[in-house]
Amino acid sequence: MDGRMAATEEESSEVNLALQNISLPLPQFTLEVNLELRGRITVLFGPSGSGKTSLLDLIAGLRRPASARIEIDGEVLTDTASGIMVPPHRRRIGYVPQDLALFPHLSVTQNLLYGKRVEAAAPFSFEKIVTLLELQPLLHRRVTVLSGGERQRVALGRALLSAPRLLLLDEPLASLDAKLKAKILPCLIRIREECGVPMIYVTHDRFEALTLADEMVVMAAGKVVQAGPVQEVFSRPADLSVAGILTVESVLPGRVLKVTEDLVTVAVGTTQVTAMEHDLPSGTKDVSVCIRAEDVILIRGEAGPSSPRNHLPGTVRSLSREGPLMRVELDCGFLLVALLTKQACEELALAPGQGVIALVKAPSIHLIAR
Amino acid sequence: MTAEEWQIVWFTAWVSALSTLMILPFGLGVAWLLARKQWPGKSIVETLISLPLVMPPVATGLILLKLLGRRGPVGSFLHDTLNLDIIFTWRGVLVALGVMSFPLLVRSARVAFEEVNPRLEQIAGTLGASAARVFCTITLPLALRGIVSGMLMAFARALGEFGATIMVAGNIPGETSTLSLAIFQSVQLGEDAQAFRLLGVSVALAFLAVWTGEWLLLRRKAAK
Repeated sequence: MDGRMAATEEESSEVNLALQNISLPLPQFTLEVNLELRGRITVLFGPSGSGKTSLLDLIAGLRRPASARIEIDGEVLTDTASGIMVPPHRRRIGYVPQDLALFPHLSVTQNLLYGKRVEAAAPFSFEKIVTLLELQPLLHRRVTVLSGGERQRVALGRALLSAPRLLLLDEPLASLDAKLKAKILPCLIRIREECGVPMIYVTHDRFEALTLADEMVVMAAGKVVQAGPVQEVFSRPADLSVAGILTVESVLPGRVLKVTEDLVTVAVGTTQVTAMEHDLPSGTKDVSVCIRAEDVILIRGEAGPSSPRNHLPGTVRSLSREGPLMRVELDCGFLLVALLTKQACEELALAPGQGVIALVKAPSIHLIAR
Repeated sequence: MTAEEWQIVWFTAWVSALSTLMILPFGLGVAWLLARKQWPGKSIVETLISLPLVMPPVATGLILLKLLGRRGPVGSFLHDTLNLDIIFTWRGVLVALGVMSFPLLVRSARVAFEEVNPRLEQIAGTLGASAARVFCTITLPLALRGIVSGMLMAFARALGEFGATIMVAGNIPGETSTLSLAIFQSVQLGEDAQAFRLLGVSVALAFLAVWTGEWLLLRRKAAK
């Protein structure tokens, strides 16, 4: 019990990770990063091949950068200027790579205990991790016979049992189907709540990012293109490339017609939308209009008075499944994408050719000056 | 089988086994360096190691004879400091067999090391394992079957060695006479019955070694 108390008192689920002057030449581009990370869970977001895994490798000490200074909670791990390169086994940074790297010649228990620290305090006790990740039924199996989700949990448990001060997760859910994702995600949240290990989590899935992350770093071609609190990054992508990476569905060219205080009226295609935008540079004429599909509400029939500023009549062009949701493409004088639940689609009896009205709140429309 | 024939079989088997064990640590080290590290002169070393495979064994034997003879650079040193003679002794057999089977061990072990996913070794490192522990607990067990089959190939090669052995150790009955040398001699002397008995034994030994290797390889594939 004493160990547990001590651990809880010291427990700080935040990390102070400084990545300075990082430079690593890769075949397509040079990874160049300057970042301070403090979140409990930081999501590294970006298209595949944007250097996310290489960055994790640098933090774990598995690769030698051309130049870098990496510091965690004040301790220097890598400093090319003074020739410091702490070897991976002295860094206490857990790493779950995309292929999981379970040791095929060892049993589940042997895998779990491989990096076990004898002096590890309560949050990382064997019993606790086994319970947390529901590993009990797997303990005596061989890792080669486990299913994808089981392998994932074993890899997570193994990394946690080494009592890391930081956990690196490389697309942990990418290879799993939607059902398994829904099972593992709560495990990750429990780890966040109960073990208090800060994590850096690589993904290109918005849902995972929005569920788990405090902070988000968007990467493209080896560079950080935006970093900040996750909600802010999603609702206010810094530029068009970020909007593209975040897959904000509707990014449309528009022309500013009128600016009254915070409300901006923009011509898009054959129609007009109203956006709320504080930081649009004055005198801006051409803008990109970003509308996230989740923010589009559809109604049928005559729209009475309602709070959303934008009432856009249109016709349904196509319907398709997207994970648990339905993706509806509308022609409103421009192409607008809406994400709805299946039930909503059925209740509205949506079908191609059907006339609907799309409602979008002015603050949900983000304008990027061009 | 006469007592003399049994002595030849026994001597051949243990000197082959001993030479395999003798080259093992060195062979594993070289194989690992070839599989995992980049260093200048790597391709030269690779070629040098493979030379005994492609050169006439008698030529390799001649080189060893010149190096290890009492007037050779290595031989004179060993004779003067340790009073150790290699040429025309059982130690000469040991050296000849070791040199001739070394490339087989290195090739097999190298492939086995290369097949171990380096990511496993890296991740073992992030779990707190030092380089030595990673080698002993991850690399070696995962490469084990390939290494063992390489040892068996080396052992089988040693059993049948002729050219280099006869150059370095001659064919001294009861001292340096191995199966191959004895078979050759029996045929030369027209003692066909003895030649056939020794032939039978060498077929059995070789079959056993190669078959064990194949069996291990099959098990290894099945385990994947």
